[in-house]
Amino acid sequence: MIPGTFDYHRPKSVSEAVALLADLGEDARPLAGGHSLIPMMKLRLAVPRALVDLAAIADLRGVRRAGTDIVIGATTTIAELIASAELAVALPIIRETALVIADPQVRARGTIGGNVANGDPGNDLPALMQCLGASYQIAGHAGTREIAARAFYQGAYFTALAPGEVLTGIRIAPPPAGHGWAYEKLKRKVGDYATAAAALVLTMRGGQVASAAIGLTNVGDTPLFAEDAARILTGSALDKATVDRAVAAAEAITSPASDGRGPAEYRTKMAGVMLRRALVRAAARATH
Amino acid sequence: MAKTHVTMTVNGQAVEGLVEPRTLLIHFLRENLSLTGAHIGCETSHCGACTVDLDGQSVKSCTVFAVQAQGADIRTIEGMANPDGTLHALQDGFREMHGLQCGFCTPGMILRAYRLLQENPNPTEDEIRMGISGNLCRCTGYQNIVAAIQYAAAKLSAPQEQAA
Ligand SMILES: Cc1cc2nc3c(=O)[nH]c(=O)nc-3n(C[C@H](O)[C@H](O)[C@H](O)COP(=O)(O)OP(=O)(O)OC[C@H]3O[C@@H](n4cnc5c(N)ncnc54)[C@H](O)[C@@H]3O)c2cc1C
Ligand code: FES
Ligand code: FES
Repeated sequence: MIPGTFDYHRPKSVSEAVALLADLGEDARPLAGGHSLIPMMKLRLAVPRALVDLAAIADLRGVRRAGTDIVIGATTTIAELIASAELAVALPIIRETALVIADPQVRARGTIGGNVANGDPGNDLPALMQCLGASYQIAGHAGTREIAARAFYQGAYFTALAPGEVLTGIRIAPPPAGHGWAYEKLKRKVGDYATAAAALVLTMRGGQVASAAIGLTNVGDTPLFAEDAARILTGSALDKATVDRAVAAAEAITSPASDGRGPAEYRTKMAGVMLRRALVRAAARATH
Repeated sequence: MAKTHVTMTVNGQAVEGLVEPRTLLIHFLRENLSLTGAHIGCETSHCGACTVDLDGQSVKSCTVFAVQAQGADIRTIEGMANPDGTLHALQDGFREMHGLQCGFCTPGMILRAYRLLQENPNPTEDEIRMGISGNLCRCTGYQNIVAAIQYAAAKLSAPQEQAA
């Protein structure tokens, strides 16, 4: 399986990349780790006429502080997310999620930018970014803009990214110290995409949930931000009746496909089970 | 299609070639350089038979374009033996512990295990199993592969005088 022909470009700066993409037109695409794009090109699900490789743009790589926020460069690899001491302290849920993505070789090449920009509902990081309230920093020919992860996803492989735009970074305001977190993923085997998964961050005060945010993976055409479920949990002591209602609210917004990972009804229920498990682990981790 | 000139270091040797941008690294290694140790199993980024070491990381060379590896430092199974021609501890381990049957997965397994032991010289059994989770073996049931990697880890971390 060999991809179709294309021209290859390797710019050194974001401005050069954006100018190239503008010149080359709609048939050109950015290339990051290539671990979604190259398989799609082999299958002719993607037939770009030109690839603009982002790998040589040093500015796009790495984790840095911007005031109290953390900005993760778009071409930071999933392996680098796991290795980052800064993220392990401020945003430990990123490491927990990254460790259940694919396998070591794929994580060495796959990037956070490619993972969130691809629009594949199976990818794990988009729902996590929604849970964390991340915003995506985007550069285009007309300038730069920023868009919330919660507003970015429009359908399977369909996002707010316009042709010619490059995702440059992901900005996250870390939750307060002492927050609880969990990413629960059900998969058939190591390296598989999720049957269903739930990302959860919560804070507790005096035994009650002070705030909660929930993202769901691979149970719809897009990642899902489960706002109602989080609202139900807020103010509760995570008693059974409240958790049942929140799980029902989360299940209600899912619309998974029936496929090799199971029938739709099963995957909806598994999204609920993942949320329940995430609640138990996150609550145990939160310092009251 | 216009060809692109690529240069890289493979097993310590400077190499070059003319490739189409769409040429995959595995094809460059096997067809241009005649290094047929790294295998093509699935071609879909799943099996790990094509694993090589690229700039200090294990990668699936069926999912990297040769042009992306411009300037890279690559190691394949052909570069694993010690300079004096004796087997690397991992190769020795796979032989001693029966870590292979048909051998198809072995070059990828050894290159992956090589990087794993660089990162974690004394892995637990669990860490080994997670470490090779991107490499499929259809023969062994993995038990002896894990034992082979444990053998190599012990041999590599043994005091120098024993190795001499
Ligand atoms: C065997 C296998 C198993 C996998 N399992 C999982 C899994 O369990 N969970 C998971 O989340 N992922 C999984 N993945 C996907 C993997 O994480 C991908 O590497 C990742 O989703 C895409 O990142 P990339 O850097 O490889 O992107 P690429 O493949 O390079 O790009 C993907 C798409 O995004 C666009 N793009 C990339 N970067 C940018 C940017 N900065 N700006 C604008 N557009 C951009 C490209 O044009 C392309 O359309 C798996 C992949 C494989 C091969
Ligand atoms: S041939 Fe590359 S992963 Fe199978
Ligand atoms: S020994 Fe045959 S596939 Fe592993």
